[in-house]
Amino acid sequence: MTDAPRERPLSPHTTIWRWHLTMATSILHRASGCALYGGGLILAIWAITLAAGPEAYGTFKAVMGSFPGKIVMFALTLATFYHLAKGIQHLIWDAGHGYNLKTATMGAIATIAFAIAATLAVWIIAAMTGAL
Amino acid sequence: MASYRTPLGRARGLGAAKHGVGSWIAERVTAVALVPLVLWAVFSGLRLAATDYYGAVAWLTSSMVNPVLMGLFIIVGFMHMHAGLRVVIEDYITKTLSRSALLLLNLFVCALVGALAVFSILKVALGGAY
Repeated sequence: MTDAPRERPLSPHTTIWRWHLTMATSILHRASGCALYGGGLILAIWAITLAAGPEAYGTFKAVMGSFPGKIVMFALTLATFYHLAKGIQHLIWDAGHGYNLKTATMGAIATIAFAIAATLAVWIIAAMTGAL
Repeated sequence: MASYRTPLGRARGLGAAKHGVGSWIAERVTAVALVPLVLWAVFSGLRLAATDYYGAVAWLTSSMVNPVLMGLFIIVGFMHMHAGLRVVIEDYITKTLSRSALLLLNLFVCALVGALAVFSILKVALGGAY
């Protein structure tokens, strides 16, 4: 017998799977979660600049209100609603339900539809209430 | 060279870690709490984007609902950020040193930035802002 460390089993690599909707949306769930990590840091900067006073807060609002800032906020809105909807499907899966192929695919479609619809709704409301 | 370790000694510690269910549940519990909190936060973000510094201070000082919910949103959100990125690091980074370093960095960033954000909310809400 050898004392060399044995190769530990790893998760099956993505290349052996055929792409399908539930797999793509699961990967996007993780990707949107990582994007929202950045969103959490922006939320903290909002709080810190607000506590720092009008000048720092004005700079924060100017940066976030600029064109690149708006693109980041739009992407974060989309990531928020996507991660929210897909997260609920994952919670249902964790509870042991919704594994039926048809139900799972329907959930993935509903997740994408909700994310797009909710994001557009929020940005239309933002445009109407002068938040842009 | 023959090993002086017994077969039992070699096998010990190679199985499941026998812990981890706590972190798994914590990630789900924070996820459930974030469902209403994030909807409230989007609604609040729309209102805050439409106003300036003084409007934002008024939003935090007018009642106890907004600062308490914002504080909760930051605390629960940063706990969930920590739990989520921890799983990502554990899944993809196998080299012990980089893995440990990234896990520590994830914890320290979430704890430090989260504490700064909560303190900032308290400072404004309790009247420290001018």
